Amino acid sequence: MSTSTAPKLKTSAMIASFADPGQKTASAPFGHALVKAAQDNDKIVGLTADLGKYTDMHIFAQACPERFFQMGMAEQLLFGAAAGLAETGLVPFASTYSVFAARRAYDFLCLDAAEPNLNVNIVGGLPGLTTGYGPSHQATEDMAIFRGMPNLTIVDPCDSLDIEQAVPQLAASAGPSYLRLLRGNVPTVLDEYDYSFELGKAKVLRGGADVVFISSGLMTMRALQAAKALAAHHVDVAVVHAPTIKPFDAATVLAELNTDRLAVTLENHSAVGGLFETVASAVVTAGLAKRVVPIALPDQFLDAGALPTLHDRYGLTVQKIVAKVLGELG
Amino acid sequence: MAATQAVQTAGRIPGETATERTARVSGAAYRIRHHALNMGEVQGQGYVGQALGAADMLAAVYADQLRFRADDPEWSGRDRFLLSTGHYAIGHYAALAEAGIIPVEELETYGSDDSRLPMSGMSTYTPGMEISGGSLGHGLSIAVGIALGLRHQGSTARVYNFLSDGELDEGSTWEAAMGGHHHHLGNVTAMVDINALQADGKTDTVLRTEPVTEKWEAFGWYSQRVDGNDISALLAAFDNAAAQAAATGRPSVILCDTKVGRGVPLLEDREKAHFMRIEEHEWQTCREQLTAGYEEKASR
Repeated sequence: MSTSTAPKLKTSAMIASFADPGQKTASAPFGHALVKAAQDNDKIVGLTADLGKYTDMHIFAQACPERFFQMGMAEQLLFGAAAGLAETGLVPFASTYSVFAARRAYDFLCLDAAEPNLNVNIVGGLPGLTTGYGPSHQATEDMAIFRGMPNLTIVDPCDSLDIEQAVPQLAASAGPSYLRLLRGNVPTVLDEYDYSFELGKAKVLRGGADVVFISSGLMTMRALQAAKALAAHHVDVAVVHAPTIKPFDAATVLAELNTDRLAVTLENHSAVGGLFETVASAVVTAGLAKRVVPIALPDQFLDAGALPTLHDRYGLTVQKIVAKVLGELG
Repeated sequence: MAATQAVQTAGRIPGETATERTARVSGAAYRIRHHALNMGEVQGQGYVGQALGAADMLAAVYADQLRFRADDPEWSGRDRFLLSTGHYAIGHYAALAEAGIIPVEELETYGSDDSRLPMSGMSTYTPGMEISGGSLGHGLSIAVGIALGLRHQGSTARVYNFLSDGELDEGSTWEAAMGGHHHHLGNVTAMVDINALQADGKTDTVLRTEPVTEKWEAFGWYSQRVDGNDISALLAAFDNAAAQAAATGRPSVILCDTKVGRGVPLLEDREKAHFMRIEEHEWQTCREQLTAGYEEKASR
């Protein structure tokens, strides 16, 4: 007798795709955007710490070999040297995984790049829950760590379009930045909306009478999908995309929150220290009496496993978002 | 700045003999020590012991090696001197004054509120201060980046990184050592002040770093170990380093054994401490001993 069961999902590759089957994607948008930006700005250089292939930096390394510096698996050197390159007037983009940038090299970024306010651009792969490899690779608290660093701009892009448009703006912007990298085949989502990335700005992607989502990163993609799914339940949802976490566009977000709608933040990050707390602090500072519901990763070390399994387990899937909103609406 | 402006560096003065060169640098070292004692007295404390110990290294750099423009510290063609050990700022400020980059009169503001001369050196405060040191183990990584950036842009400027033997405890120093060798950074010279003293005591009791020369050699650097209070030996080491860099493209390290408090017998003989205590009445004695020693040596 045989039983038919669904195939067991596996952790698989370190960098699992979160694109839906059949979804429009762009390949290595960061690498291609950096090459394009470098054609316009001869000061741009690239570095990595033995993770070029895994952060799409290899595209730049192949296109501009004389402007690429391999620093080896040495993150302190990576960011110290990036600061040194910036000291000479160059505009470095330095890539590694977010966990190593935030946890291992913080002191170097803080004192060598941020204190002198140098144009060092940190490119962090595997932000939040984008790998099933467990806490060694899951940067669930990277924004919490980095938000305390003065001078640092933090960008949490949604899709390939955000990344393509953010890269030249980060290069043109003085001071250090941290980009939460989405790599490989990255979904293209925002081209369906009247949207362009503007550093420091939040944008209303769609209006809605019952609920307002404030989201960043890949959770904006999920927020838009959830908004469509909620329409079937006769719930009208607005979505505000806030890809720049710091400095935060409080004016745009507060204007959207200052209504009777249910307010929900959605982020691919711990509920501690990320988008939710950024929004919450803006709300309190403005004296707004407004409840905000966080959809975020829990304040714990997450499990290893297949990414779809984990997104479901920790509430990041469209289905879980819909259920949460319907529960809140009673 | 006008392109015709003179590059101010002592370097080799045409026709100068080796004896004259050493005497010139010795004079700079004496004045650096004198400045450091004056700063220490104003503050009532400070890292005077380290400044005195490193004064000969600083003099060799500022009076003989660096290309710079005193009235244009940001000149793009300058050689870079990175003070990794932020607490040696007292010595560095003295060297910057000796070099004419900051006024001597400003030294008395050392460590005071609103001064450009904070206790721990920071690039954002002081002209001629290239980096914000102090969090130890950063300088050499930044040096690697600056050296890559200068070379990439066709500059022949050199990068000097001053670090301490305590910084050899930091893994980042060795990451940078590998990086400097891997990228063939012949435009980098590291100078390690081996005073055998760290915050918690003698280096060999805190974390053994020896054999230091063999370590650097194993990391691919052209390594020389000299008496860091012997100016002739220091200058010869710099000359060797330049010749090696030109011939092989290897980065160089000059490992300098120094004595905390050097030049002031009262302090040389005092129990060594990271933060040396000097009584109010002793400062004048220190200056007198320093001058007597310098004049006695110069008259030989």
